[in-house]
Amino acid sequence: MFSGILIANRGEIALRIIRACHELGIKAVAVYSEADKGAPYLQLADEAVCIGPASCAESYLNIPHIISTAEITDAEAIHPGYGFLAENINFAQICEDCGLTFIGPPVEAMRLLGDKVEARKLAQKARVPVVPGSEGAIENGSEALKLANKIGYPVMIKAAAGGGGRGMRVAHNDISFSSALSAARAEAEVAFGDDSVYLEKYIVEPRHVEVQVMADQAGNVLHFYERDCSIQRRHQKMIEESPCPVLKERTREELCKAAIRLIKEANYVNAATVEFLLDKDKKFYFIEANTRIQVEHPVTEMVTGYDLIKWQIEVAAGRKFDFSQRDIKHTGVAIECRINAEDPAKDFAPCPGTITRYIPPGGPGVRVDTHVHQGWEVSKSYDSMIAKVIVHQKSRAEAIATMKRALREFVIEPIKTTIPACLDIMSHNLYVKNKIDTGFVERNF
Amino acid sequence: MAQKDTDLQKIKEIIEIMERNGLVEVEIKHGDDKIFLKRHVPQQPIPAAAAFARPESVVSPADVVTPESSFAKTASVPSKQEDLEEIKSPIVGTFYAKPSPDSEPYVEVGSHVEPQTLVCIIEAMKVMNEIKAETRGTIAEILVTNGQAVEYGQVLFRIKPD
Repeated sequence: MFSGILIANRGEIALRIIRACHELGIKAVAVYSEADKGAPYLQLADEAVCIGPASCAESYLNIPHIISTAEITDAEAIHPGYGFLAENINFAQICEDCGLTFIGPPVEAMRLLGDKVEARKLAQKARVPVVPGSEGAIENGSEALKLANKIGYPVMIKAAAGGGGRGMRVAHNDISFSSALSAARAEAEVAFGDDSVYLEKYIVEPRHVEVQVMADQAGNVLHFYERDCSIQRRHQKMIEESPCPVLKERTREELCKAAIRLIKEANYVNAATVEFLLDKDKKFYFIEANTRIQVEHPVTEMVTGYDLIKWQIEVAAGRKFDFSQRDIKHTGVAIECRINAEDPAKDFAPCPGTITRYIPPGGPGVRVDTHVHQGWEVSKSYDSMIAKVIVHQKSRAEAIATMKRALREFVIEPIKTTIPACLDIMSHNLYVKNKIDTGFVERNF
Repeated sequence: MAQKDTDLQKIKEIIEIMERNGLVEVEIKHGDDKIFLKRHVPQQPIPAAAAFARPESVVSPADVVTPESSFAKTASVPSKQEDLEEIKSPIVGTFYAKPSPDSEPYVEVGSHVEPQTLVCIIEAMKVMNEIKAETRGTIAEILVTNGQAVEYGQVLFRIKPD
């Protein structure tokens, strides 16, 4: 096992990893920017090193400073969390070159699954259903137009290097197609420095269902069931739950097995999420794989009882799973609400500021993952997510009831948060009746 | 009784000094009185970067850490002194005061520096980064020692400007 792990991240996920390190008896080294200086969660780390100014590029994305910190603190491994450097192939390669264990997949597996075009090829090879679309990046406009007609409108144009909804456009006919294509290319170039795009059929009113997978170094690949992340706003997840409430047992099994096939095909190690769209006929299509731990991992931890962060560390250190697929049981229903410092009245614009009153929810079935507290200043430099509320109950109805009372207990003042928006969704007739898809929030709020 | 209380107070103070400076053993003799204090030592070796770790956390995880003795304090710099300029570390790495173990240090307290004067080297990822004074004046204080790990923004020198 590692004696020390450097956590190349901030906020709630940094704290989550510090906790896992301490439960495993590992020294946790935190890094921070000048904007996060003095944050109480840093005091829980065994060491904390300032690596740069507030700007992400100069601190949390500053590879030389992070590697140098690992060297001077004798950390043997680096946990990248999610976001920042978590899916940066260059960073994973540098870690390897410097003799540091990157707590994540091998570089080659990350490269294969991180590139959407490559991942799609891999999925087809592994007999995993994919959304009908272009085989690879599209070369020119006229070829793309022909293909769009062949697939059938509506068609989605996506950035090959994209994520989080950036570089995505939907076209409903030939006329809107060419403008959507150039817009997607331009956005992809700005956001990712790569204007390669690809086409796929736009599935109408789909659910977003993803499978949590974990692989050890001996080649054992296990799934930890699915999460339904259909409650999204502009392709950003707001609420996640497990199980997916519309999946029949047989489809669930097929879905999870498909995810495992893909991960095996990539010779993958460590945690991954395989994302699918589920159409109205309950057919599923692979869309992309995430080669990191995800924000919503606690949902899976609650329903399976496995600590995914600890297993990420164990697997990276070479430990083999001491349990099999049969041992992983799914119990009850878990729901997570992401609490963002955003103002719903101002189109969910980030709402930075100091929290002067903070009262977290508690009681049976409630878990809160957060790094904030009374007096915390929400910085405008970083992501607006400040907390995650996760509930676990026997049934979906009970879970919704627990989530509603937890959200009502949760006081964060005076900044605006998504707590009221999450409450509205929890109380919405269609959410309660489970008649939702990825367009639910945009249509109803 | 009063004498005993004073002694206890003194011992408490010594323990605090030990904790602050990461000392493991202290022996004090005064006439016939002798005090020997020894703190619990961890199994794991003390990391090189213990310089800015909480001494408490390195010495014993079982020690209760009081809120005010957080690493944040040790990581932060002492309050800025009036009329002195600071040279801060622009990177994370290991501070070297001299070009090789047996050479003279680049600068010492009292050395006069020009903006282009080399004041130290900070090693990061096996690369030796030369740090220049970028100000004109006299070195008033050196806040780090040779071979010490430094973080971004850590004050290395204080300079009395000309």
